[in-house]
Amino acid sequence: MEELIQQLFNGVFLGSIYALLALGYTMVYGIIGLINFAHGDVYMIGAFIGFFLITNLHLNFWVTLILTMGMCALVGMLIEFLAYRPLRHHGAPKITSLITAIGVSFLLENGMSFLFGGDSRSFPQAIKLVNFKIGFIHITNIQLLILIVSIALMVLLQFVVQKTKMGRAMRAVSVDQEAANIVGIKVDQTISFTFAIGSALAGAAGVLIGLYYNSLDPLMGMAPGIKSFIAAVFGGIGSIPGAAIGGWLIGLIETLTFTLGISSWKDAVVYAVLIVVLLVRPNGIFGKKAGEKV
Amino acid sequence: MKRNLREQFIWLLIAFGGWLIIDLLTFGGVINSFMLTIITMIEINVILAVSLNLILGISGQFSLGHAGFMAIGAYASAIITQSLPTIWGFFLSIVVGIVIASFIALIEGIPTLRLKGDYLAIATLGVSEIIRITINNLEITNGPKGIYNLPQFSNWSLVYIFACIVTLIIVNLIHSKTGRAILAVRDNEIAASAVGVNPTKYKVIAFTIGAAGASLAGSLYANYIQSVTPGDFTFMQSISVLIMVVLGGVGSITGSVLAAVVLGVVDTVLQNYGALRMVLYSLILIIFMLFRPAGFLGNWEFSVKRFFTKQKSSRENKS
Repeated sequence: MEELIQQLFNGVFLGSIYALLALGYTMVYGIIGLINFAHGDVYMIGAFIGFFLITNLHLNFWVTLILTMGMCALVGMLIEFLAYRPLRHHGAPKITSLITAIGVSFLLENGMSFLFGGDSRSFPQAIKLVNFKIGFIHITNIQLLILIVSIALMVLLQFVVQKTKMGRAMRAVSVDQEAANIVGIKVDQTISFTFAIGSALAGAAGVLIGLYYNSLDPLMGMAPGIKSFIAAVFGGIGSIPGAAIGGWLIGLIETLTFTLGISSWKDAVVYAVLIVVLLVRPNGIFGKKAGEKV
Repeated sequence: MKRNLREQFIWLLIAFGGWLIIDLLTFGGVINSFMLTIITMIEINVILAVSLNLILGISGQFSLGHAGFMAIGAYASAIITQSLPTIWGFFLSIVVGIVIASFIALIEGIPTLRLKGDYLAIATLGVSEIIRITINNLEITNGPKGIYNLPQFSNWSLVYIFACIVTLIIVNLIHSKTGRAILAVRDNEIAASAVGVNPTKYKVIAFTIGAAGASLAGSLYANYIQSVTPGDFTFMQSISVLIMVVLGGVGSITGSVLAAVVLGVVDTVLQNYGALRMVLYSLILIIFMLFRPAGFLGNWEFSVKRFFTKQKSSRENKS
């Protein structure tokens, strides 16, 4: 029982990372309907930027986190500008954008492998590890940090989307791009901003996971990328609280399979739960049901 | 019907001509064994791409689960030819693989094909990964280590014949009554059901036939490479087939064949670049998609029938 509760806590911490990544997917998907396959790789880039800032420039953790988020935002905007925007302006089919996204993902993974080698490196301990013990539960300060930073970022994001002018523009573009354009919203700028925010969150997740698992490599974004997209689908694509819940759900399922001793079936259980959720609620847990036009 | 027969015959002649060219070149020593391996892999990719195009382009359902069905065929062949190492054992294993894959596609398709677009893609990806993880955990499949030292039954000409048969079946399916129903469901589900076409039925038919094709390709692959591991059938395998279909043009069977050939050649050329290979590959992919969003051929299709009627009509115009 104690083991189970301990694993539940671990699941929440791991899930926070998935949630941060899922937010980027859900925002981009919500606004232009594209599964941004390169998102997991922006997370990898984030981990690498964090690595270089801490090892080479000896910056402190918080400065690193903020700088990484800024740089990842630029990377995200650049990807959108170079790869997705031209296609959008040509009115290319959605699947073409998807293949382009896969191409960008390959490029980031293999480009980084080419430049820095494919080996895994160890992430510098920017924060000294401290173990807490509450009752029978072990928690480290890094786990707490992950949880607090991700919740803070999610609250901030929810505020930006719901309360600011840019957030209103984002919501308008996600409903109808053309109509948003007619009422004077700069559609390209808004989409670019969405990529910036999503990528900044991915960058933060990259630094946090580097600190947590203590390692990074150019292919580290692949598996979490897919998982967090699933998290976004769980919650209902386009919904910010949904993405958060989805992320935690996946984190919990993964750690639970570990407790039950079926960890080699971990991903299968995640997918099975996903399929069941989709069959019961085809638009995810928090997804809006879009009426079909006849 | 008689006209149709003539076109099928011309089609077969073209296919046989292709076979003869490769055979003669091999005999003449122009094609070495390294190139034959590439040709065989291209032929396997043709089967995969054409069968995925049936699901994606013709039926309009976004499936990311091709690797799972391929894995079923590959493992069916690997397991059966291990204990029955004859060519008939191999053919039996192909049939067994197709039956299992179609059955799973049927069970998977009936509930999930209600889902739309990317949700369907994720669900099919999920089933494919569940298949792979199951293989990874079973005893009979030898877990993550996979099965080695299989007898080699498939060679380039057998795979060539199968690739032609699959293409022929799928092209004929598209032009049949069932095919028109599948196209109707793709173009407008509600209108199709209003005129009495059952959307789920036709989506499932296309999905199941596509899965059977993938399983066949898997069997041929396993007994050509002579080994199978679960790692061969990850999500990346589905993605690479998807890339072929989109590159060729979604809905164009000719395009799928062309893309499989072009990508095979590009891949071979890029092997000279070592570590830069995948970087160049991804750049080519991105740039190609930016400049030709609809793929090589869009939805253009090569047709023997049209080719000949065009010539005839131009001759009539001249006289």
